Amino acid sequence: MEAVLQPVAAMFGAFWPLVWTLAKIVAIVLPLILCVAYLTLAERKVIGYMQVRIGPNRVGPKGLLQPIADALKLMFKEIIVPSSANKMLFVVGPMMVMAPALAAWAVVPFAPGVVLANVDAGLLYLMSITSVGIYGVIVAGWASNSKYAFLGGIRATAQMVSYELAMGFSLVGVLMVSGSLNLTDIVVGQGRGWFAEHGLNFLSWNWLPLLPLFVVYLISGVAETNRAPFDVVEGESEIVAGHMVEYSGMGFALFFLAEYANMILISALTSIFFLGGWMSPVAFIPDGFPWLVAKIGFVLFLFLWFRATFPRFRYDQIMRLGWKVFIPLTLFWILVVGAWMMSPWSIWR
Amino acid sequence: MDFTLFLFYAFAAVLLGASVGVIASRNSVHSALFLVLAFFNAAAIWMLLRAEFLAIALILVYVGAVMVLFLFVVMMLDINVERIRQGFWSYLPLGLIVAAILFIEMALVVGGKWAGLDAMPMPAEPAAGYSNTKALAWLMFTDFAYPFELASFVLLVAMIAAVALTLRARAGNKAIDPAAQIAVKASDRLRIVSLPAEKSN
Repeated sequence: MEAVLQPVAAMFGAFWPLVWTLAKIVAIVLPLILCVAYLTLAERKVIGYMQVRIGPNRVGPKGLLQPIADALKLMFKEIIVPSSANKMLFVVGPMMVMAPALAAWAVVPFAPGVVLANVDAGLLYLMSITSVGIYGVIVAGWASNSKYAFLGGIRATAQMVSYELAMGFSLVGVLMVSGSLNLTDIVVGQGRGWFAEHGLNFLSWNWLPLLPLFVVYLISGVAETNRAPFDVVEGESEIVAGHMVEYSGMGFALFFLAEYANMILISALTSIFFLGGWMSPVAFIPDGFPWLVAKIGFVLFLFLWFRATFPRFRYDQIMRLGWKVFIPLTLFWILVVGAWMMSPWSIWR
Repeated sequence: MDFTLFLFYAFAAVLLGASVGVIASRNSVHSALFLVLAFFNAAAIWMLLRAEFLAIALILVYVGAVMVLFLFVVMMLDINVERIRQGFWSYLPLGLIVAAILFIEMALVVGGKWAGLDAMPMPAEPAAGYSNTKALAWLMFTDFAYPFELASFVLLVAMIAAVALTLRARAGNKAIDPAAQIAVKASDRLRIVSLPAEKSN
């Protein structure tokens, strides 16, 4: 690899680091966008079969070209800007949702050493970047100058700020047991322990000792991405489509893409923090990137499964679950983990 | 000019521009968004100083939480900019005096030799594997454990006070206890009555 890149690096001279980083960014973002497109198809198919339907099956073989057709349709639709909207912010809103969803991937490790930026404060970076995503929603809701959009924006803000706390607290537990903010170190740390020595690596991963935190993180992730059953932000029976109600064409598509990109991101993070990242569940099969893909796929399937199974929560129930159930639960388990680590029975030495 | 210096001036220029935008823009939502931009650039400048924990904490706390709630409130208020600007010229002299005092104080600290900044050596290049976050945590939980605990206690008291001040039980509140909702049985809601069938003749 190095030898092949040498002449190319010489060609670009001082700009080589910039060019090489850009190439890596494209190598991450392009497959991600493709995954987002096919996740929309997967969602329709999975929910379809769960509800004893077939789902889209007309465009291409087995409906496989449906996402392409959807993208083409959305690109050629007219973009309507409401006459009394704040034009600049109305256009910027969707971009502000999409950008953090992509920027967060900079620190996600795909395999040992395969990461765009192997920074020490990776976990902090992730928490801060994902918290910025709210701005797009709230700005879009306000700039549309519509009551429904504004209500959607306010609901989104309250919900995302509440569940961010629970997510942050569950990550505190992960941080305590791995002793590092670096995502690669967090994954490697999960490969140690009594079970890993006996070949049953999957029992050494964080999900088992941190089970309450894992459950809280997963459910908060569903709430954070505004997915069913926590999708009161869009709540089509109450406020039409929330912050996206005034958007058409690619503006709407960007919100849609960002939602799915965030779903994939949360699934990847759940896999990395709690499910051992790229590590194989048993010792006799080698580790590798396919395991991470399989774990992300599993968590994504859970997202779709939740949507097909649960009815939408009432707004006060969402707030109660976040503030009165999840936050106390995570605080309690942080205490337990702290006491456990200091006790002679600690499994993290 | 090396690249780091160039970055510093770039971030500083955007920071100053955004700060002017905060006070100069006619729309209060725009002002709040300019403030967010200013926070981002301040965080970037901290990042150049290798204070990555402070930089990211600034974004996480101020941009991710405080400003969101701020924006939330600003959007719902109907602020009349014209009324706020009415007293501009009468307040200007006082404002200029405050600005001048601030400027002189900062110039004395940063530029002059009285504060002894020039006697401070440049910070040494950190060793490989040095983590700003770890160093900060080490200091905070060993040398400064008591002040840190005290500060968090003050915050806790403030939080409880804020909740206590705003919490009022309104008459006609229709909140339902979820435990009671779950514990409900069919016999609580439904009564089966056996009515004798009427005789038809």
